[in-house]
Amino acid sequence: MMLNTEPNLAAPDDFYEALIEMHRDLTPEESAAVNARLILLLANHIGDTEVLMQAMQRARAG
Amino acid sequence: MADVDYQSLVMPYRRSADQDRPEPARHPVVVVGAGPVGLTMAIDLAQRGVAVVVLDDDDRLSTGSRAICFSKRALEIWDRLGCGRRMADKGVRWNTGRVFFGDDEIYNFDLLPEAGHGFPAFVNLQQYYAEGYLLERTEDFPGIEIRWRNKVTGILPAADGAQLTIDTPDGSYDLDADWVIAADGSRSPLRAMMGLEAKGRVFRDRFLIADVRMTADFPSERWFWFDPPFHRNQSVLLHRQPDDVWRIDFQLGWDADPIAERQPERVLPRVRALLGPDAQFDLEWCSVYTFACQRMERFCHGRVVFVGDAAHGVSPFGARGANSGVQDVDNLGWKLALVLEGRAPESLIDSYGAEREYAADENILNSTRSTDFITPKSQMSRVFRDAVLDLARDCGFARRLVNSGRLSVPATLHGSSLNTPDIDAFAGAMVPGAVCADAPVIRDGRRGWFLENLGAGFTLLCFGEGPGDAVVVGRDLIDAEGLLARRYDARPGTCYLIRPDQHVAARWRRHDADLVAAAIDRAMGKPA
Ligand SMILES: Cc1cc2nc3c(=O)[nH]c(=O)nc-3n(C[C@H](O)[C@H](O)[C@H](O)COP(=O)(O)OP(=O)(O)OC[C@H]3O[C@@H](n4cnc5c(N)ncnc54)[C@H](O)[C@@H]3O)c2cc1C
Repeated sequence: MMLNTEPNLAAPDDFYEALIEMHRDLTPEESAAVNARLILLLANHIGDTEVLMQAMQRARAG
Repeated sequence: MADVDYQSLVMPYRRSADQDRPEPARHPVVVVGAGPVGLTMAIDLAQRGVAVVVLDDDDRLSTGSRAICFSKRALEIWDRLGCGRRMADKGVRWNTGRVFFGDDEIYNFDLLPEAGHGFPAFVNLQQYYAEGYLLERTEDFPGIEIRWRNKVTGILPAADGAQLTIDTPDGSYDLDADWVIAADGSRSPLRAMMGLEAKGRVFRDRFLIADVRMTADFPSERWFWFDPPFHRNQSVLLHRQPDDVWRIDFQLGWDADPIAERQPERVLPRVRALLGPDAQFDLEWCSVYTFACQRMERFCHGRVVFVGDAAHGVSPFGARGANSGVQDVDNLGWKLALVLEGRAPESLIDSYGAEREYAADENILNSTRSTDFITPKSQMSRVFRDAVLDLARDCGFARRLVNSGRLSVPATLHGSSLNTPDIDAFAGAMVPGAVCADAPVIRDGRRGWFLENLGAGFTLLCFGEGPGDAVVVGRDLIDAEGLLARRYDARPGTCYLIRPDQHVAARWRRHDADLVAAAIDRAMGKPA
């Protein structure tokens, strides 16, 4: 499977708001931990190794 | 046989007649190093009728316990060599592992060993017992001569062997060997003398390994703590060994002073912090280690062949050091015997290198991953590690990511030149290159295990019918619970060619003597 970089979020603005909200009042350390848990949860949900590898490469490339 | 105190055993130096000869004596095989790997090598060769001289610079077995987890495959190999059952019986069996993070137990797991195998997935046994039992087994073979306090100080490789210079309490002497097996451990003086290296990663961390003797009511379980309150920011492992001895590993970090940390006044408070203020215990042995994952680029250098820690090293998470070294010599023994008998070309030895280098890479990969999880080397690596542990409290997927050591299982030698590729369709794990799975069988009315029925040479295993020299299921063996057929995806007519080291060489749905003969030639390294 290919990493989907086309619009796929059902409610993009809602998602983004919730993402920022997730970090409200957290220290940078706490935020880093929350981000890590989020990545792990999402990665497991996606499951497909190939997609995950592509996403990691894309993220690293900036 | 009653157990000896193997730790205090001193093996006497005896002057050998070779030391008085005007010219160096010549031996077919000289094994350098009487650790678990060298001793196993000697027994395997002697059982195949090859005379072996073993040289060791010391006069004692392993000081302290070192290895404690011995895997099913190592026990099966030692069973083939006549001492695996004794180790399994003495060893502590365990199935439950508990993982703690901070103050809490976050989950526990059951190894859930698959039923129907002659040996358990693992036993815990002090290395000095393993070595002691091997040493006693060598005494059954007049073809094995162990020379204690014989330190190899020089090696001169030649096309037809090598000359060794050996230092003894009586001065030095030379020996010629057709083959030298370097089983001289992780610092391998032979490797250095030949200008060779083992390359890889050294982990910038230190571990205090302590064995304590106590009568405590901890169960026979493996307990692993990440960042516990009694040893902040580091990991700790507690594991039971026979004779009420417990292994405790404390991660110390890279900055720890290895000499100071070994002193009882530093060690005892750490142990007491774990066991509680009232615990009664004696410190049996302790040491501080730094671990590395590395290997030699090639294990075979003409007539000098490297095995065990001399050839490759892994961090101990996952217990792959001694276990993989024993598999090295399991792979090498039959090949060397065939070459010495002139029945196989010398190039067969190169397949030892190819197969075991491949296996070493697998072991190094697994050990490196475990080490990176246990001792995260960057801030973000630590963040993810802790996130995995946090989620592991209630998310099954995260438990699969927790890595405090992966069970040592033998490598399947995919792509080995000795394998005959399948021409028939098969399902399951018994592909060419795989180690044969065990199963309960009945032979002559007695219950036993399949692996015990494999011969010293090649075995042809046939289901239903087969030639006279084959092991035929239904004729020679009864597949007691149907597990053999299931594990080998067998139907009537299916046959497997099995190597002397119990790896699958080839398999077919129908017996064909020509194909079997060709597959044997191939597995013996003969040109097609
Ligand atoms: C703390 C710790 C825990 C471990 N846990 C496990 C575990 O649970 N499971 C596991 O499988 N492995 C484990 N290991 C690894 C295991 O101990 C080694 O892999 C194993 O001892 C290697 O055996 P060897 O025979 O290759 O080498 P060694 O045991 O090192 O033996 C080498 C021998 O060669 C001799 N020698 C050296 N130089 C010369 C010379 N110049 N001339 C003659 N003789 C010489 C030495 O005296 C020694 O007897 C652990 C190791 C450590 C340190």
